[in-house]
Amino acid sequence: MTDLTSLTLAEARDRLKSRAVTSVELTRAHLGAIERAKSLNAYVAVTPEKALQMARASDDRLMRGEAGRLEGLPIGVKDLYATEGVHTQACSHILDGFKPTYESTVTANLWRDGAVMLGKLNMDEFAMGSSNETSYYGPVASPWLPSNWSHEKARAALAGDKRGLLSPGGSSGGSSAAVAARLCLAATASDTGGSIRQPAAFTGTVGVKPTYGRCSRWGMVAFASSLDQAGPLARTVRDAAIVLGSMAGPDPKDSTCWPEPVPDYEAAVGRSVRRLRIGVPKEYRLDGMNPEIEALWSRGAEWLRDAGADIVDVSLPNTKHALPAYYIVAPAEASSNLARYDGVRYGLREPSADITDLYEKTRASGFGAEVRRRLMIGTYVLSAGYYDAYYLRAQKIRTLIKRDFERVFADGVDAILTPATPSAAFGIGEKGSDDPVEMYLNDIFTVTVNMAGLPGLVAPAGLSNEGLPLGLQLIGRPFDEETLFSLGEAIEQAAGPMTLPDPWWA
Amino acid sequence: MTTEAANAKLIAGATGDWEVVVGLEIHAQVASRSKLFSGASTVFGGEPNTHVSLVDAAMPGMLPVLNRECVAQAIRTGLALKAKINHRSTFDRKNYFYPDLPQGYQISQYKSPIVGEGEIQVDLSPTYSIKVGIERLHLEQDAGKSLHDQSPTMSFVDLNRSGVALMEIVSKPDMRSADEAKAYVGKLRTILRYVGSCDGDMEKGSLRADINVSVRRPGEPLGTRCEIKNVNSIRFIGQAIEAEARRQIAILEDGGAIDQETRLFDAARGETRSMRSKEEAHDYRYFPDPDLLPLKLDPEWVDALAAYLPELPDAKKARFLADYGLTAYDASVLVADKETADFFEAAINHGDRKRDPKAVANWIMGDLSAHAKIRGAPVADAGVSATQLATLVDLIGEGAISGKIAKDVLSLLLGDEKDADPRAVVEQRGLRQVTDADAIDAAVDAVIAANSEKAEQAKIKPGMVGWFVGQVMKATGGKANPQAVSAALKRKLGV
Repeated sequence: MTDLTSLTLAEARDRLKSRAVTSVELTRAHLGAIERAKSLNAYVAVTPEKALQMARASDDRLMRGEAGRLEGLPIGVKDLYATEGVHTQACSHILDGFKPTYESTVTANLWRDGAVMLGKLNMDEFAMGSSNETSYYGPVASPWLPSNWSHEKARAALAGDKRGLLSPGGSSGGSSAAVAARLCLAATASDTGGSIRQPAAFTGTVGVKPTYGRCSRWGMVAFASSLDQAGPLARTVRDAAIVLGSMAGPDPKDSTCWPEPVPDYEAAVGRSVRRLRIGVPKEYRLDGMNPEIEALWSRGAEWLRDAGADIVDVSLPNTKHALPAYYIVAPAEASSNLARYDGVRYGLREPSADITDLYEKTRASGFGAEVRRRLMIGTYVLSAGYYDAYYLRAQKIRTLIKRDFERVFADGVDAILTPATPSAAFGIGEKGSDDPVEMYLNDIFTVTVNMAGLPGLVAPAGLSNEGLPLGLQLIGRPFDEETLFSLGEAIEQAAGPMTLPDPWWA
Repeated sequence: MTTEAANAKLIAGATGDWEVVVGLEIHAQVASRSKLFSGASTVFGGEPNTHVSLVDAAMPGMLPVLNRECVAQAIRTGLALKAKINHRSTFDRKNYFYPDLPQGYQISQYKSPIVGEGEIQVDLSPTYSIKVGIERLHLEQDAGKSLHDQSPTMSFVDLNRSGVALMEIVSKPDMRSADEAKAYVGKLRTILRYVGSCDGDMEKGSLRADINVSVRRPGEPLGTRCEIKNVNSIRFIGQAIEAEARRQIAILEDGGAIDQETRLFDAARGETRSMRSKEEAHDYRYFPDPDLLPLKLDPEWVDALAAYLPELPDAKKARFLADYGLTAYDASVLVADKETADFFEAAINHGDRKRDPKAVANWIMGDLSAHAKIRGAPVADAGVSATQLATLVDLIGEGAISGKIAKDVLSLLLGDEKDADPRAVVEQRGLRQVTDADAIDAAVDAVIAANSEKAEQAKIKPGMVGWFVGQVMKATGGKANPQAVSAALKRKLGV
């Protein structure tokens, strides 16, 4: 029998339905894999008792023929989602010991459909980062290894500070590593500037950032409210479609949540892409672009052409302004969203003499360096006298970026194809220590999508010369995730199966 | 306004007259069952931290959802202020750290308020009215409450008020004296209570004022203003303005200059003192709240709210003048409180007959108000129903009882004879007025006979008749009709 953790989510679902396997068996297999992979540091909290209890309940429902869409399927949850009675800290020290009395809408939707929770996944602190290195709980090691690294060398690095091992990307680094290392069938993630899609590209997995408003943000620890969006990471496009179908949906508790019902995303997987018009934006062809990435992009366009789609050149002239504008809007919102972590009501509180002292000491020790940097940037750009020059201008740029896309879609383009990342995964400790902008540049192809509120999907499209996964990004019309799933599967088919690394860590 | 009235408002300083300029920001708690962005109760006086939702406590991942009822109340108030209703408004975050502000920001409407410019008329006397411009009205969240007196070493926080909806109503600097400001707040409170958008209960903090005060020489440009924060009674508003105006005048007359600053009013000492200077002012870093969509109003909804607005004080006053022939003063007093006005009309129109509005108004503004004051209750809740008052007035009109007996009956209705029919009380207690001429003549004869010496004097000094009237009333237990007694005495004494 195949290792149960190597099944795709769809395969596992079918086996559960035919009773070839039970949810308890599937769950135990994953808990075992998690236990053996502790040193990857993908999970910050494992909930075996809860998992087995949910699995047993799922088996009962499967027996009675009352199975939900995700019945009995073990899933990992990014630490950003409030999970009732379970560790929820967005991997920050400042939320030490915080266990909410409530369940986020997205995770509640998953449990409603029968999914089983394995535990909470590592992430960059408050989702601020592109490598998972800003986590209070330490970096996550990707299951992928740099070329020429022996398993012995890798295991030694894993036992140490993990330097030189590859980053699984961020902020959803725990989610991408866990999915790629088969420590869950799929995982929830979140994406503010690329935090689902870049980790997907780095780990050879599929990541979807749906349209802003498609998933409720209620119960997700907020980073930048106008950009944050929940989404899945999975090993196939079909799996991602299945999981998103359960995560998404209207929610009266989130005023920005889209009120329309969710279409059948899985039905879009395998649908023909003939006659779809795919735009290739020239502004994404950067000076000094990695030739591997450029070649991958061209190959992706050819695959889609071969599948019957029409490839057209398009222009998104304001693309170059997106990253700087993003790094004003996101920190501005964060500086306000994170004000509630003040040591007064929950989480960390440093002993102090008076209230100002309490704020200063608690926030100084509770937030990591990158979070503190962004809070200071955000506070600065909203300050009297700077607001117009920074925040207001960034919002104007955002409008221009949105219009760029609207014009392209109005011209009959159904989706846009771009690279997902400027490079394959980099090493832990390799980037951003001297210049944070070096790290920020990872989001160059993904932030535009958040700024415009559009859906984006990243699918694995092949390997680099070094043997590391590379991804392509598809950007869709608002609320047209279905077209992305059809196109994503076409790329997946053309690229061939992604062979994930054997568990050298175990 | 007359020149005298204008001059009367000026403050005499050592070096000449000064004019005080006042603008007010009134924070009125919206009457609603739940808070502005959460389902928690707004009931006053709960145990600390018992009316707190996850949103109010700013737990991670919580999101605000706008309470439509609070929006309706703001629109109704805007309509009552004859103000522009903005069909699109937005919510902004006002960022600052304070323990009773769990989110670290207050959700308010900074850039685009729900209500724009309006105007209200304020009557200070039947001949002295001013118009006060309304700059804007916006919705915002209240903060919680810090409790510093519970422990010697710690402060506590009560979040029951956290997130309760407030309307901030900003006036233009259109007031020129403490009296005008007090009258403006009184009128605003009346309007809020008429539309039911705020209970106006200042003791519970439902209505609080930030006062902007500056002084200048008459006719000169506006002076530098100071803002006095959070004054919570109309009386204190008046005192604060007077104290602040005196302080500013003293500085200016000494050759000094006013620093723009935020001040507090110390009611015990009757003075204002500095809270923070302009340099210490917070930078609130306002920006649009990304958790909330712009508030767009359906014009039909606004029209429906307008259609169901109750009759407002100015309209009611005009109607009382026209329909009931009341004096402007009486009409103003009666309409100042909606329940009193309703009580007045109920008493006039009770049953199938009409009563003299002036008589009813006098009872309400006289004895009933006095009783109500003693009880600390509004007139309508003083303990006498409109029906009882109507009957009482009828009994006087019919000549069944005198005004004096009526006062006694009123006391009974407020005491032993609670809820009783005044007509039955008069009958059962034998209080009906004696109008029978023979009986009165007999009583008069008896009194004259018993006081023959005085009777002789009275024939020379007719002023003494009053004394005789008193004796006859005493002898008849007050039941004799005083006019009939007086007439009989004059006839018999030949005066």
